[in-house]
Amino acid sequence: MNKGKMNTWTFRIVNTIILTFIALVTLYPFLYVVFDSFSDPIELMRHSGLLFKPLGFSFNAYKKVFTNASIYTGYFNTIFYVVLGTIVNILATCMAAYVLSRKQFMLRRFFTLMFIFTMYFSGGLIPNYLLIKDLGLIDNRLALIIPGAVSTFNLMIMITGFEGIPQSLEESARIDGAGDWTILFRIIMPLAKPTIMVILLYYAVGHWNGWFNAMIYLRDAGKMPLQIFLRDILTRNQLGAMTGQTDVEDVGQTIKYATIIVSTVPILCIYPFIQKHFVSGVMIGAVKE
Amino acid sequence: MKGKQYGAKLWKNIRTHKGLYLMILPVVAYYLVFCYYPMYGAQIAFRNYTPKLGVFHSEWVGLKHFKEFFNSVYFERLIRNTLSINIKNLIFGFPAPIIFALLLNEVRCVKFKKVVQTVSYMPHFISTVVIAGMILQFTATDGFIAQIMSLFGYPKQNLMLNPSLFQPVYVISDIWQGIGWSSIIYIAAIAGINSELYEAARIDGANRWKQTLYVTIPGIMPTIITMLILRVGNMMNLGFEKIILLYNSSIYDKADVISTYVYRKGLLDQNYSFSTAVGLFNSVINLTLLIIANKLSKRLTEHSLW
Repeated sequence: MNKGKMNTWTFRIVNTIILTFIALVTLYPFLYVVFDSFSDPIELMRHSGLLFKPLGFSFNAYKKVFTNASIYTGYFNTIFYVVLGTIVNILATCMAAYVLSRKQFMLRRFFTLMFIFTMYFSGGLIPNYLLIKDLGLIDNRLALIIPGAVSTFNLMIMITGFEGIPQSLEESARIDGAGDWTILFRIIMPLAKPTIMVILLYYAVGHWNGWFNAMIYLRDAGKMPLQIFLRDILTRNQLGAMTGQTDVEDVGQTIKYATIIVSTVPILCIYPFIQKHFVSGVMIGAVKE
Repeated sequence: MKGKQYGAKLWKNIRTHKGLYLMILPVVAYYLVFCYYPMYGAQIAFRNYTPKLGVFHSEWVGLKHFKEFFNSVYFERLIRNTLSINIKNLIFGFPAPIIFALLLNEVRCVKFKKVVQTVSYMPHFISTVVIAGMILQFTATDGFIAQIMSLFGYPKQNLMLNPSLFQPVYVISDIWQGIGWSSIIYIAAIAGINSELYEAARIDGANRWKQTLYVTIPGIMPTIITMLILRVGNMMNLGFEKIILLYNSSIYDKADVISTYVYRKGLLDQNYSFSTAVGLFNSVINLTLLIIANKLSKRLTEHSLW
């Protein structure tokens, strides 16, 4: 018995150490980015290895980031795509989920299967691209909004959410003369608010983080979302173009990190408040299976 | 006769529930245009697409592009990389969140558990661009990962220019980004296990390790199987964006996969028909894998997607 207790304690301690280690390893890269972005570039160049606090202290990198007009353009565009895109997403997903969760709708199974099939098979990159091209949506902001209007995965979660609402509420509303739109907007959507919040956040984060469609469908730099500027700065080393400075060598790295912080701060700020919603979304999806 | 009856029933259903049909119409149109039309348009894989003649009137060439792909010098490399990245990712990446969930399940201090969970979900919400940017910075010659590795005797180098390091960096960063988020579903499954089962196991003298082995793991098996099937069924498309952001021509030998090749051939070289053929090959393999995985699991474990 005593030996068993010893083992339990050893396990608990080891377990705590492992989990703490995982948490630290997960967090550290972000801390590094923060420390580096506030560091003095000259001191940084002489330094090697991990950082546990900013080396020296300097706002220079942030000053450079905020004097750059393309950051503002990117921010504005991203907010535009997030807001408009998410509205379209939520409307379309709720309409489809409402119909597909009605027992009286005869083609329910047929359409559900038709939608699910697209999760596992698609025409591919080029046929999609040619479609957008033939529709004349190249370099049109709508190319980031319409083609992804419904995510089948999110739709399935929404259907599960809507199915959880008692049918009797709908029936009594119908007796009072309410139509489908009224029932959807006045009864179902308010009652399914937790699920809708989750889906809304999934969509919004997707728009905020999206870059691939922008890269292939948009041409005009004035329409590009933030992630495209980030990509140019972070992965293609187009720093000179961004700053127009000659001392790029000295501040280059800190500017990159400062740009990461500036573009990610909105998500990191809302993250603690929304993370419990995300979790419940996965749970709803899990119940389905 | 039966068809006629069904037709009449459907017509009646449409007339009584006009509102529902009107409401789903835009979404059905969306799926037809943006999902099913491209599937139909994938026939350019069998044609020599020219913008002038369009998708449906370009010259029909049958399997020419497929043959060209199978005989190309890149075929073997692409298959090898796609399989090797995905299999490594499956072997190391798939069990990681399950183990993480099991370890979390043993934690008694609720506050500690919450903190670890919250931290571990975070990388999931960071954009691929930022993640890839961070990896590129950290693994550059003056990045901290490269510097630390040089302390352990590795030559000072840009890790992302060394072909043999691409796949490890890819898989490790994938685990780093996904371990917390993927564990949620297992944590939910563990929470759903009937507590009487644990009680019974305790009465039979099972310690925590035995309880995990004989109660928890069998309890979450259906979830594990479902996630495994889904993962196998999505194998050929995984990580495409991240690879495009991370790789460079000096490591194509280990980093280039089918989907990145489709992107380069199609959108950069504008070789539309050939690229569509390669993409179609990829999709068909993907679908086949999903069906096989589902069949296998149905036979072996009685759990399946359909």
